[in-house]
Amino acid sequence: MTDEKNHLSNKLGIWGWLGGGRYGLERYAYTLHRLTGLGLLLYFILHIFVTGSRLGGPESWSASMAVYETGLFKIGEFLVFVAFIYHGLNGIRLGLTELGFLMGKPERPLFPYRSSVMRQRPVLIVIMVLAVILILAGGLDFFVLTSH
Amino acid sequence: MRESTLWFWHIIAGAVILVFLGLHMAIMHLDDILALLGTGYANTVSAATVFARSQQTFFMVTYIVLLGAALYHGLYGCRTILFELNIGKGLQKLINWVFTLAGVGLFVYGTYVAIYLYKMKEVLP
Amino acid sequence: MSESHANAPQKVIFEVLRYIPGVDAKPRMQSYEVPAPKGLTVLDGLLWIKENLDPTLSWRSSCRMGVCGSCAMFINGLPRLACANQVAHLHSDKIIIKPLPNYAIIRDLVPDLEPFFAKHAAIKPFLIRKNIEELDNPTGEFFQSKEELVNYIQFAYCIKCGACLSACPTVATDDAYLGPQALAQAWRYIADARDEGAAEREEEIFSAHGAFRCHFAGACSEVCPKGVDPAFAIQLMKQFMFKKKLGGCKEQHGSELAPPVENWVPKKEYPKAPEHSL
Repeated sequence: MTDEKNHLSNKLGIWGWLGGGRYGLERYAYTLHRLTGLGLLLYFILHIFVTGSRLGGPESWSASMAVYETGLFKIGEFLVFVAFIYHGLNGIRLGLTELGFLMGKPERPLFPYRSSVMRQRPVLIVIMVLAVILILAGGLDFFVLTSH
Repeated sequence: MRESTLWFWHIIAGAVILVFLGLHMAIMHLDDILALLGTGYANTVSAATVFARSQQTFFMVTYIVLLGAALYHGLYGCRTILFELNIGKGLQKLINWVFTLAGVGLFVYGTYVAIYLYKMKEVLP
Repeated sequence: MSESHANAPQKVIFEVLRYIPGVDAKPRMQSYEVPAPKGLTVLDGLLWIKENLDPTLSWRSSCRMGVCGSCAMFINGLPRLACANQVAHLHSDKIIIKPLPNYAIIRDLVPDLEPFFAKHAAIKPFLIRKNIEELDNPTGEFFQSKEELVNYIQFAYCIKCGACLSACPTVATDDAYLGPQALAQAWRYIADARDEGAAEREEEIFSAHGAFRCHFAGACSEVCPKGVDPAFAIQLMKQFMFKKKLGGCKEQHGSELAPPVENWVPKKEYPKAPEHSL
């Protein structure tokens, strides 16, 4: 697509959100944060209406919960749990960096440069490990220890 | 409203969600593990326990706080994504209005449910 | 194997995006075989192609030493300076070169940087003082300590190569987003102890297409060839706004004029400055 000056557009568009180069972990953490966020919002709006079924009394609630106990819904609910764990933990990291923590102080740039992104990377890794542990605990609860 | 104000509350709402949704998720989905640890909170989605919780002031209040924070945080986040799609000024305005109305509507509905259940005393023996 | 054969430079393939407006309907990739002696930079390779194989190949470059910021290109999956990257360090016998993404292509590897400079200009990249009289008719220097210098010096190293906007996911879709370069430059001035322009820049940099559209994907800082770290500057900017919302930011007061230097004795080893010739 060319513009009036006969220049060819080279915008990456939404593909640019997904990647498009050999970038570091944070750029893919960003993509995943976005996807899990949208998924959680969608689920949350449905959830407001599903829990609204309590207005119909305990029978109506039990009926809507019975649907959730079936296989596909259970996996869906587990995915929501996974999305929350990731979005929440990564959100802690983003909140802290947005408030200026974890990245050190401005300094004279001396080659080889070490950017703020590298300085906060250990936190990202710790958070990913924590996410895996919590997701495994959730999986145990969802699929192995099934009291409900 | 100013973008900086909207963003400020996005961060605050995120922190609120972290606390209350963390609690919610632990109670609802790590219930069996917590029960093993001796908290006595098993079987959390049965009608009996759900309605019992609905009538506790603590759960009613946190439910409403979580509802408001999550709606705000989620809708602002979604708006951010839409605003990054190179849309025109008119569409930006429309999104602002639709999201505000949807957010307020859902909040009113959810709050109504919470308060209705809280006041419904004789639902279970 | 004979002696001369062993010393002959290795060959690498340069696969370069070609697009000539009016001739090519779509961009195409063209391959060139380039001898790669030790120390060959990507820019050297392109110059060799232009000299020996194809004079129609176009790109932008000037200083050859990572200072001017003209030759940023998308080389083997990352935006980098062609002059500051040696072929040997790319660890590949195929060098794939495309123009910087997120900018329109003028021809071959030449990106259109006009919107980039327009964004840079929009954040007022100069010291703003309330007392204009002093700026027009200066009577001295504004004071700045060594510590105050370090607050912004890293952000002042920007060479405007445009690599950061190529790496940024928000820029990929949002034309109105100021982008890491302009925002980092805005912070370079706000963090400067001599500046009083924070309030004046706020409307632009904290707009719906300003600092809050950064989500710390960090790619800009990763690709910056000068260690400017734009993502860091933008996070500091958000911290500044958050503190302000909490009521913790005082009004900005630029530093006073530095007092004249008194009793200064030049060191013996320094030669005397020449007399004015005009």
